[in-house]
Amino acid sequence: MSTATRSRPLTAPSPHAPAAGGARRRSRTRTRLELALLLGPGLVLFTAFVLIPIGVAAYYSLYSWNGFGPLTEFVGLGNYVDAFSGDVFQSAIGHNLIIVVLSIVVQLPLSIGLALLLNRRLRGRTFLRMVVFAPYVLSEAVTAVIWLLILQPGGFIDELLRGAGLGFLVRQWLADPKIVLYTLFVVITWKYIGFGVILLLAGLQGIPAELREAAALDGASGWQATRHVVLPLLGPTIRVWIFLSVIGSLQLFDLVWIMTLGGPANASATMVSYLTDHGFKRYEFGFGSAVAVILFIICFTFALLYQRFALRRDTEGALTRAVS
Amino acid sequence: MARRNTAGYLAAFAVVGVTVVPLLFVLLGGFRTTAQINSAPAGLPGPWVWDNYRDVLTSPVFWRLLGNSALIAVIASTLAVALGSMAAFALSRYAFRGREAFYTLFTLGLLFPLGVAALPLYLWLRLLGLLENPLGVAIPEAAFSLPVTIVILRPFMHAIPGELEDAALLDGAAKLGFFWRILLPLSRPALITVSVLAFVSSWNFYLLPLLVFNDSTNFTLPLGVAMFQSEHTQDTAKVLAFTALSMIPALTFFVLAERRMVGGLTGSVKG
Repeated sequence: MSTATRSRPLTAPSPHAPAAGGARRRSRTRTRLELALLLGPGLVLFTAFVLIPIGVAAYYSLYSWNGFGPLTEFVGLGNYVDAFSGDVFQSAIGHNLIIVVLSIVVQLPLSIGLALLLNRRLRGRTFLRMVVFAPYVLSEAVTAVIWLLILQPGGFIDELLRGAGLGFLVRQWLADPKIVLYTLFVVITWKYIGFGVILLLAGLQGIPAELREAAALDGASGWQATRHVVLPLLGPTIRVWIFLSVIGSLQLFDLVWIMTLGGPANASATMVSYLTDHGFKRYEFGFGSAVAVILFIICFTFALLYQRFALRRDTEGALTRAVS
Repeated sequence: MARRNTAGYLAAFAVVGVTVVPLLFVLLGGFRTTAQINSAPAGLPGPWVWDNYRDVLTSPVFWRLLGNSALIAVIASTLAVALGSMAAFALSRYAFRGREAFYTLFTLGLLFPLGVAALPLYLWLRLLGLLENPLGVAIPEAAFSLPVTIVILRPFMHAIPGELEDAALLDGAAKLGFFWRILLPLSRPALITVSVLAFVSSWNFYLLPLLVFNDSTNFTLPLGVAMFQSEHTQDTAKVLAFTALSMIPALTFFVLAERRMVGGLTGSVKG
């Protein structure tokens, strides 16, 4: 189209010719323009709706503000002090951490086990994978409503337990402060286990069958081959899963909000439900922003540390290291 | 070998059961009356009742929610994919100072949950006059989908051989012409993947529409399902029918685009 771009590869070797220098400058300006045109819109959108709100939250968090009128009541770090010294927020952080730990301790082994089983030559494997993944596709809102209905007192689950002679296990699943968090964890597991299984199956597919066969030739049992060959090679996938799981657990909201609103008596409050409760229901925008900033700092610190100490190794050829 | 496969089938059977039974409970419960459900929560329909599904399907509420969700998801995914592919092109096929810094900036977005930005985002949208407006949900959703879009598209575009670009430029195409006429068509598989991901995440978003919409005629499907459940607590059968119907779009979409979704998710975390 333009002479500038067409002549670029030709003139590059002879930068001393005056005409070529002009063309090169023109082409550089043109490249800048193109970059601005390509990168600009995305950058504006991203800055305006992702970065600025987060920055603004940090600013609001220093004020006591109900969301209307000018910010006049500067309280410094007062909101942060209030948040950390409040029992409810402390327990909300605790609930998030319980979900984080339970996910890693329960969901990860379960996902690995299921992925190993589903990786075998089973009939209808494709169908199986689709079924396992299906709950992941549903929104958390729909999932929450499904389980609200299933867990109704005297409802489906209770009836099943009674029918199986396990009636003594029946509980107030969502109304008992002692177990509500664990009930929610079961629902979370139901929804997200498929994601882990699919992720790990993809990881398993990347492991050459020859490695397993070689281990078997060397006299390793099936379990030994799995433990010492397959699992180490799954390392990168597992580390990515842990990362996504932790970030997701820290941000837990939709399910909690629809199923319990963080209750009863804040027994299932999470950081985001606490934030929503204070920010939008009680119009404590300054305080809510402080909670948002705390959540952000927790996620960000975790991500940086994890990137630094766990994920970085994966870029250095996990295969060769694990085998040698 | 036979024994191990038995274990595999047993596990598969258990997984299918745990996954499917709750869905079947909802689907079949919609064909019963609330009285039937109350007397035998785990029973099967008998006789089959069509009223619940008919009521939901003939009331405007369900269709309006569906329409709202579709409109917002289409806008959000179009915007995310359009701007994301342009940015990914710049970040993959141009050499310029600060390129990696820009890329890192976008990838940081993967860590920012909407929950963190929700309060100021809400105030921001109020200032822009976008409350009660589908754009007020679609635009921020597109912004939050940009990181994943770019993270998936960049390596894909990077992997397209440079010879193609050289040939196009020698033939007199401008770099932007190469992007539009050659690179984008070649990136089709990745573009479909990111469109699907952006569409589904918009379709399932709950927090943002919750904040932006007060007027229930603007509600999206996730909001609507939760609202319907809390408004009809006494009519379990109707809630089940409503919930079952609201699962269908996502599940249908999943069956059609399963390969793209799974490939995209696993691809994105590996790359």
